[in-house]
Amino acid sequence: MRVGNTFFIALAIGALWGLIYIVVFSVLAMLISGDTVVPDVGISMLSGAGGGAVYVLGPGRVGGRYRGGYWAATSGAVALIAYVVLYYWVRSGSISDNGSVNTSDNLVFLTALVTFAVASLSWHLCLDGMDSGSQARYQLEVILIRVLKGIGFVFFSVVVALPFYIMVMTSLKSQQSLLSNPLDLSIDFSKPLAEHLRSYKELFTKYQFGYFLLNSAVVSVATVIITLLFAIPGAYAVSRLRFPGKNVLSKSILLIYMVPAIVLVIPLYTVFSQLGLRNTLLGLIIVYPATTIPVAVYMFQGYFRGLPYELEEAGLMDGLSRIGTILKITLPLSLPAIASVSLYIFMIAWNEFLFAFMFLDDPAIFTLSRGVQSLNSSEIPRQHLMAGAVIATVPVLVLFLWFEKFLVAGLTAGSVKG
Amino acid sequence: MITPGRANQSRQLPAARPPKGRGPLGRGEMRLAYTMVLPTLLIVMAIVLLPLAANFWISFKPVELGDLRAPTILFNERIRPAPQAVGDSAEISYRLRNTSKRGEFADAVLTDSFPAGLTIDGTLDSRCTLQGESLSCNLGTYEPLQRETLTIGVIATQAYVDEPINPRDSKPVITGKGDSILTNSVFSLKNYRKVFSGSEFWKVLRVSLYYTVFGTVGAIVFGLFAAQLLNTTFPGRGIVRGFYLFPYVAPVIAVAFAWVLILDAGPGGTLNAILMKIGATDGPINFLGRRATPVSVFGFTFNFPVALTTVISFEVWRYFPLSFLFILARMQSVSSDTYEAAEMDGATPLQQFRYISLPQLAGILAVIFLLRFIWTFNKFDDIFLLTGGAAGTRTLTVDIYEQAFAVSNLGAGAAVAVVVFFVLLISALFIFKFSPDDDG
Repeated sequence: MRVGNTFFIALAIGALWGLIYIVVFSVLAMLISGDTVVPDVGISMLSGAGGGAVYVLGPGRVGGRYRGGYWAATSGAVALIAYVVLYYWVRSGSISDNGSVNTSDNLVFLTALVTFAVASLSWHLCLDGMDSGSQARYQLEVILIRVLKGIGFVFFSVVVALPFYIMVMTSLKSQQSLLSNPLDLSIDFSKPLAEHLRSYKELFTKYQFGYFLLNSAVVSVATVIITLLFAIPGAYAVSRLRFPGKNVLSKSILLIYMVPAIVLVIPLYTVFSQLGLRNTLLGLIIVYPATTIPVAVYMFQGYFRGLPYELEEAGLMDGLSRIGTILKITLPLSLPAIASVSLYIFMIAWNEFLFAFMFLDDPAIFTLSRGVQSLNSSEIPRQHLMAGAVIATVPVLVLFLWFEKFLVAGLTAGSVKG
Repeated sequence: MITPGRANQSRQLPAARPPKGRGPLGRGEMRLAYTMVLPTLLIVMAIVLLPLAANFWISFKPVELGDLRAPTILFNERIRPAPQAVGDSAEISYRLRNTSKRGEFADAVLTDSFPAGLTIDGTLDSRCTLQGESLSCNLGTYEPLQRETLTIGVIATQAYVDEPINPRDSKPVITGKGDSILTNSVFSLKNYRKVFSGSEFWKVLRVSLYYTVFGTVGAIVFGLFAAQLLNTTFPGRGIVRGFYLFPYVAPVIAVAFAWVLILDAGPGGTLNAILMKIGATDGPINFLGRRATPVSVFGFTFNFPVALTTVISFEVWRYFPLSFLFILARMQSVSSDTYEAAEMDGATPLQQFRYISLPQLAGILAVIFLLRFIWTFNKFDDIFLLTGGAAGTRTLTVDIYEQAFAVSNLGAGAAVAVVVFFVLLISALFIFKFSPDDDG
């Protein structure tokens, strides 16, 4: 049994995962159950370090050979037992007299179980193939990178999931349960489903969210259609045809979509007020395409340049007109790009807030962004606000997950805008 | 046999050149191109370029939100007392008022039909003329908010008593020129003086720069980190990638309010509740409302901007997916041969990252930095929804809104917008100078 730098690294890694997971899972346990779970971070680190040591000193450590998952499980079990024993030893006073285990103790045990199950898997992944002796720099860096990646996955997952989780859970709660314990984001399965969905029901009946959904859909779809009608010919001309001013045009497209909406909002507000277009959906349907067309032209022209021109030339030689070539050859070939651009534009229009906020005063024509914003007042309970946020989010996310491939392509091509 | 002279002659023929100018085909192509580009050009002109120009115009005007309605004359017409019998005298009165607080209404002309059964009692107001049943009054100029009552004494005749016509049944028409501050020729530098005077502007500019620089760099660093995570293959990688894009894809309104709820300093704030439950803090931290808190590091005490940091973190959270997507796409196009060769030569993982990955990514990182820099500088919704520009988070873009719509001084807002525009113009020129050609 050699004890070199890797042994100490294993101690540190064990302690690190013990620390990270006990915090993450305690918070998760609190949010799911609504009970207070106070983790003992020190004990968890100590137990984790012990588990890491057991793991790295264990059998099957012959250089590079796969160390079985069973040994990871063993080290995890050791750490878990260490944690439970130490935990109750430290707070032996707090165990109830008759020796029965209360719910909170169950929760502590459950949290510890999950913590060390995941922690043992993590240190297994970090230390796989290493023995407890001294390692060369290469191996040490491999360990370091594995640890960093592990931390990265936990960090990004928690940080991305947290707001969405809180959004959905809050929207399902009732006013008094939120006030009595803001951390209690559990779902009480004994209650009927309708009770959980009360906020949604109220939004659709009392706050006209059905109309908001419809308005958003109309505006977004109209924006997509108008944008495509304008951008496809424009992009085709810029990428394929020769005419004076072509280069200037092609370059200035990028410039134009750098112009922020907030700079345009004052003059547009002024002019649209005079024209009577301000408080109308038509006003939005005019403004949105104008701000999305440059992006769309930029994306399409990149795609058109990538298409082999020979195909179009063949079409021209066979007697098709230019328009015929575009309709019969270029467009069918561009369907993936059209899908990407459409989804991307739809997303921009659906999520747009500034113009909707500035232009729309009449609740009958609110889009979802504007509608959710109007819920942000002290008189309206926050679970309504969160339910509104969920209603606004779900369609985009469903669309995104459904067409992820296209949307990711669109994002990479056009997401210079944001 | 070819004589030398002939050979010389053939050499003197003009070399073949492409024809000068455009042939008919070229002209056709040009016409088609212009037809295809024109609609795009027009709508972009109308909604982007014209407003930009209008911004300059408005920024030189002392115009406020209330001035958007052009001055009009509001009127109220009545006849009193109502004539009952022949010979009763009464008064038709028009109460007139210029509704605008600041714009005058010039050349006001009132025309109305005069009830047939009434005759003028005494003399008609000198500004008015009555021709048959048509009354026309030349009222001249109304100052802002000026009010006046125009009265005409009348006597009822038999025709009126037989068939009383209420003068109110015919609506008077008032024509004239409402002087709108937006279109008149009054210009002033008041807005610019207001914007640049005082320390407020420079504070806002500084906040804007902090926000932009740290937001951009943060998003790129975290994006690079996330891209490293997903550059290996493992089961469920596609799902994780999609999941990490959520912050960017979801509507800003939804995620901003979710974070406001989490960071709330009141009793409902999730993060503060957690921190207090596990004993990390004594009282709630007002993440979005606290301007600064003194922090002492190694004996140095400085004011740590709490709200600004929170807002920047939100920006990083929301936009790391973008840089992550870009960087991942670029990384996947780097061939694995280079890494294999480096591996053979004994390069450690960190060395591989430092000497192979980073140089390969330098180009895309620079592009993302410049573009994100501009877009972060332009960002309005995020800050507005999180803090509304309070607690030291007012950037230039929020300032535009605050000046124009919260203080309802459109001109001052436009002046800030002009400043923003120039900052952007400089950045854009910078991009053009340094951006690589067409390979983003």
